Amino acid sequence: MELGTTAFVIFFAAIFTNNILLTNFLGMCSFLAISREVKPALGLGLAVIFVMTCTSGLNHLVYHQLLVPFGLEHFRFIAFIIVIAAFVQLVEMVIERYSPVLYVVLGVFLPLITVNCAILGVCLFMIIRNYSFVQSVAYGAGGGIGWTLAIVAMGGIREKLAKAKIPTPLEGPGISLIIAGLMALAFMGFSGMIQMQ
Amino acid sequence: MGHIGTRKIMIKGLWEENPVFRQILGICSALAVTNLMLNTLIMGVSLIFVTSLSCVTVSILRKVTPSRIRMMVQTLIIASYVIIVDILLKAYLPDISEALGAYVGLIITNCIIMGRCEAFARNNPPWPSFIDGIASGLGYALVLLAVAFVRELLGFGTVFGYPVTPSDMTRWTIMVMPPGAFFMLAVVIWIVRAAGSKSDKKEGGAETAAR
Repeated sequence: MELGTTAFVIFFAAIFTNNILLTNFLGMCSFLAISREVKPALGLGLAVIFVMTCTSGLNHLVYHQLLVPFGLEHFRFIAFIIVIAAFVQLVEMVIERYSPVLYVVLGVFLPLITVNCAILGVCLFMIIRNYSFVQSVAYGAGGGIGWTLAIVAMGGIREKLAKAKIPTPLEGPGISLIIAGLMALAFMGFSGMIQMQ
Repeated sequence: MGHIGTRKIMIKGLWEENPVFRQILGICSALAVTNLMLNTLIMGVSLIFVTSLSCVTVSILRKVTPSRIRMMVQTLIIASYVIIVDILLKAYLPDISEALGAYVGLIITNCIIMGRCEAFARNNPPWPSFIDGIASGLGYALVLLAVAFVRELLGFGTVFGYPVTPSDMTRWTIMVMPPGAFFMLAVVIWIVRAAGSKSDKKEGGAETAAR
């Protein structure tokens, strides 16, 4: 029961108080590039949720069952990258074969995910914070949902913003960063709601 | 590639194609480590090290790497150098290694390095690639230091840990928290782009290329 509760807390903390994008700045590159409209943002978000949940579990197993017993902790960066790349490739093939509809929605985003630093970041954080398997999966799922929440909200704001008049040098990345800052401020309102250990 | 070539590449990396504010690359780590200047400096040095050496390695191997799997090869090269940096930091600067935490590992997914390998090192000999790597890394580190300077000064009232502002000045706690990083980087990009567009108009295209 204790284990279940902490996993639950980690899940919600990863969505709100420790949002991977707005407090840890992970996945900024694709966040700025793909957030011009809601629809592609949502597609990328769903792909991230799926891959992040699965790879955090997989990498937890790889690290604790394979690397630690052989004293190869230093090679975790390489191991994690390979696991993520292989997993993305696999998912892409499976989806293409069995669900063409899903492939149309997620397909273009899957290759992008390999280089999304949020995925690797989640895997590294869970090792540093010494999470158990269940906690890691909860953290991966929460992190993915939190990231999706942020990018979809951003897409909504930027759709409206397309009609606004902005000083020329601030257009594009500049204004996006300011919006992200305001969103981070808003998300700070959640802090104190849950404490992440 | 003579002296002129080297200088041109340096200027390009530092200003004309500065990775952070011209190409908006690699800002994940750019924001996370900028609340203290010391951490930022170490991060910048690590990044220069990894970028320059991976560019050289990619460049040396450019003729024997099959182009289909080049991304994977590049990632592995980068990851190897990041592991070296990680071990060195843990051995000699354990405190800073602790503070940087996962962000050292995240150098691997920093798009700057991959971008430089793809755009430059893949088609150029080792020496220019090395200079190009250093220039991009340096351009990145300088922007980070500028952001960190303002954040640390306003947030903690210190520079590199030495107090500089009068002690009764109110600290801008928001500056060392995540939103401060977003706002600061936006302001830096704003200033640089505004300055850039003005000088572009004055000097014209040819002058800009020579600068």
